[in-house]
Amino acid sequence: MNVSLFGLFSVFVILLFIAGTYSILVTFNLIRALIGIEILIKAVTLLIILAGYLTGNLGLAQAIAITLIVIEVVFMVVAGGIVLSIFRHHGTIDTRNLRDLKG
Amino acid sequence: MMIDLILLSVLLIMVIWTVMAIRLVRSAVGLALTSVVLSILMFRLNASLAAVFELSVCAGLISVIFITTISFTRRMSKSDFKTRRRQRLSKFWPLPLIIIAAAILLFWRHFPSEVIFIRVPAENVRDVLWNTRHIDLFGQVLVLLAGAFGVVALFKENKK
Repeated sequence: MNVSLFGLFSVFVILLFIAGTYSILVTFNLIRALIGIEILIKAVTLLIILAGYLTGNLGLAQAIAITLIVIEVVFMVVAGGIVLSIFRHHGTIDTRNLRDLKG
Repeated sequence: MMIDLILLSVLLIMVIWTVMAIRLVRSAVGLALTSVVLSILMFRLNASLAAVFELSVCAGLISVIFITTISFTRRMSKSDFKTRRRQRLSKFWPLPLIIIAAAILLFWRHFPSEVIFIRVPAENVRDVLWNTRHIDLFGQVLVLLAGAFGVVALFKENKK
């Protein structure tokens, strides 16, 4: 099988995307939804680094990946705080039981 | 190439384990291991600075955040766990099949073996961060501050 480095990595990036999206779509647990988002972000990070490696511009790719990681951390901290607040108010993190925001 | 294929396969297995694990703590550990494998891949792609960030921040800090969040929530009872396990297995069993089918399909109709990329003059990551993308650094500081204020606002105790 003759597959380039780009082909090999991009196939696995697509598979990571499928796993992350499936996780978000199927679960009702808010923490699992966050884990799904985290998997999607990891796929994007890998794609950015791969693009930088293949175009020879790893400096820019790493700078963007670092920015992405910083945003990812802040997002996870705030989202984790929101999940905890929801748990304190409702006693559950199952989205089927959270109906207070419904129109 | 072979090592990359092995590492990518391990990465995918870790992700599937993360998604399918019944206990949330195991999912968080799986996510940390995914980050570790991703950092090894980044090292192999010569992105050492981003790899160090991924290893320390994603495998370390984010795992701590997840495990702390999970530890604040309530543990499932044994009967709940059994029912939940059955529900999860029924919901998640298609995932490995979908991934295997997608992998076969993508490798079968694989991407062109030779892709021509326009190579641009390479710059050092430190030069890029401090000279070209220095506005990003201000953005990162602002995002970190916003995150800190967000956490303070979320965990503020009501004074009565």
